[in-house]
Amino acid sequence: MANLTLVQSITLALIQEMEKDERIILLGEDIGLNGGVFRATEGLFQRFGGERVVDAPLAESGIMGTAIGLAMAGLRPIPEIQFEGFMGPAFDQLTNQAARFNSRTRGGLTCPLTLRVPVGGGIHAPELHSDSPEAIYTHTPGLKIVMPSSPYDAKGLLISAIRDPNPVIFFEPKRIYRAFREEVPEDEYTIPIGEARTVCEGEELTMVSWGASVVQCANAIQESGKNIELIDLRTINPIDMDTIASSVQKTGRCVIVHEAPKTCGLGAEIATGIMEHCFLNLEAPVQRVCGFDTIMPYYKLELDYLPDVERIGKAINETLAY
Amino acid sequence: MPVSTVFETKIERVSILDEHGNFDSQLGEGLIPNDDAVAMYKHILVCRRFDEIAFKLQRSGRMGTYPENRGQEVPSLGAAYVLQKKDWMVTCYRENAGLFWRGLPMEKILLHWMGDERGNHIDECNVTPIAIAIGSQMLHATGLAWAGKYRKDGSIACTFFGDGATSEGDFHEAANFAANLDIPVVFVCQNNGWAISTPSKIECSAPTIAQRGLAYGMDCVQVDGNDLFAMVKVMKDATANARENNRPTFIEATTYRLGDHTTADDARRYRDTDELAMWEKRDPTIRLRNYLEQKDLWSSAKEEEQLAFAADLVSAVVANAEEIDAPTTNDIFDSMYIGLSSELQKQRQTLRTSSIGQDPSQIAQTAKEGVVK
Repeated sequence: MANLTLVQSITLALIQEMEKDERIILLGEDIGLNGGVFRATEGLFQRFGGERVVDAPLAESGIMGTAIGLAMAGLRPIPEIQFEGFMGPAFDQLTNQAARFNSRTRGGLTCPLTLRVPVGGGIHAPELHSDSPEAIYTHTPGLKIVMPSSPYDAKGLLISAIRDPNPVIFFEPKRIYRAFREEVPEDEYTIPIGEARTVCEGEELTMVSWGASVVQCANAIQESGKNIELIDLRTINPIDMDTIASSVQKTGRCVIVHEAPKTCGLGAEIATGIMEHCFLNLEAPVQRVCGFDTIMPYYKLELDYLPDVERIGKAINETLAY
Repeated sequence: MPVSTVFETKIERVSILDEHGNFDSQLGEGLIPNDDAVAMYKHILVCRRFDEIAFKLQRSGRMGTYPENRGQEVPSLGAAYVLQKKDWMVTCYRENAGLFWRGLPMEKILLHWMGDERGNHIDECNVTPIAIAIGSQMLHATGLAWAGKYRKDGSIACTFFGDGATSEGDFHEAANFAANLDIPVVFVCQNNGWAISTPSKIECSAPTIAQRGLAYGMDCVQVDGNDLFAMVKVMKDATANARENNRPTFIEATTYRLGDHTTADDARRYRDTDELAMWEKRDPTIRLRNYLEQKDLWSSAKEEEQLAFAADLVSAVVANAEEIDAPTTNDIFDSMYIGLSSELQKQRQTLRTSSIGQDPSQIAQTAKEGVVK
């Protein structure tokens, strides 16, 4: 057991899986000698060599497209896109190719790859380094999408993602890469993809979130002093509606919190799911606390954009008072 | 001297059996054994028949859009002839001749254009399904070849694309990856002069497309893409370079599609009839047949016999494609993921996306209350 940050936990998962499975190779920009711009691959180049930890040319579509070929050949590539804002050039390969190969070949060729991408705001980064595009990829059939909110979950979820036979996007919330430490077992463990985690149980209201926002939610709940159940999705696609529905059937109230813009965000999908499964249980309209339907601002205003304890607290009070 | 030349190069063009029947015996002698030359000629006749029938299937409403391959058989066939079984062939949609030579069942191509994904499920040989999105496949080939290098299994990949595809960013990224990371992939550009209606000068203003590869530091060559001998020659060089040195090669094969872009196209809108007439004289079958006849390897009788064989074979292929059991709605779901989520399972089971439709207890409830009869 070691006391690790989220990014250290990711490194540990990569090392342990690479030691077990020679089919795994990493490719991305600056991931080799430099260890990645967030140091997620620190020491891996030295440990596994340049054939397995590959500094790729600065070309995201190239990284994604060659990873597809590697995966179709039976390897288990783990490409990295340096920031979510740079997924644009890889979009075609990711959504029109990786996501579709299994279906278009009726199971003949599969793409068992894990695309690692740092995601979200809150680190005072430059433009296009702070977005939350998870809904875009959730709307792409064929991909699975995972986003951990803690060091413990990061290791277990990443191992599951690597072993999953489908293409998985593993979003790493950069705001909490080093925000806190947690006991992370040395031993191997997995956390199933598709299962949400109930962070704390409560009776008055259900709060649903994922990634770095889970931390904001936990703080808001503590500050409110209310008896609130917090659900961390952990997997964004497929969404664990069962866990959410059972909770809302119990509490009758729900607040959804995410960094991404409100309109067509995952909150809309979850709210619809709640309406479908908990219609007769609802005591109040489902509330969303989200990023605005604006461009993610440069960092001077990023805290104005991101859901914080105050905005979440207001939604809690309004929902409970309804 | 303040100004000096730091880089100079040239692009060579390889031609062995030209449109006038001239044969360069220095380059061409012994390159293709007679039996193989005959077999490949016979194969092209089969492909021509396939093309003709596929066109008719579309026109008679028995198949969707189809891109005729006629005139462009040699680049993929010459490549497939040289490639080994363990290698990957990663194509777009005018490489039937090479795909069939590798062992892809012909009905799979018909199934694809008949709107049936089962045509893309290929266990018979290492080929990827037809790539519809222009340029998307070159990166996959680079990855497949990279995997062969990583495993040290001696396999390489060969990918095909048109002149228009070299305008796509993915071409440049694939070339850059392959050259810089020493990946054993062969890039074959079938330059047929046209990307649907866009002439290749709008795709590339340099004198050759081959020289695009120079920018990435890889070997480049232009070849007469209607000359089977020349194509085999450059593929032998390129595959040796890949296998022995892990180096990519860029081959520009100049050729021409004698038909329209697809059955949805009418090339007379943008192509000159004189240009078509000129290329009809350069048809790869004409020079190959003359070559074989001069060597007493072919005759009119053999031609008749092979045309009859091709007609029967293609009829059987069409029957296979048309008589296959219809796909089921479940097929949409079953290969979506390896392991379906509960939501997808519900959609598959009920063929409904509405929650009331998906959940029998909700139906019961609403029925009881008289909302749904």
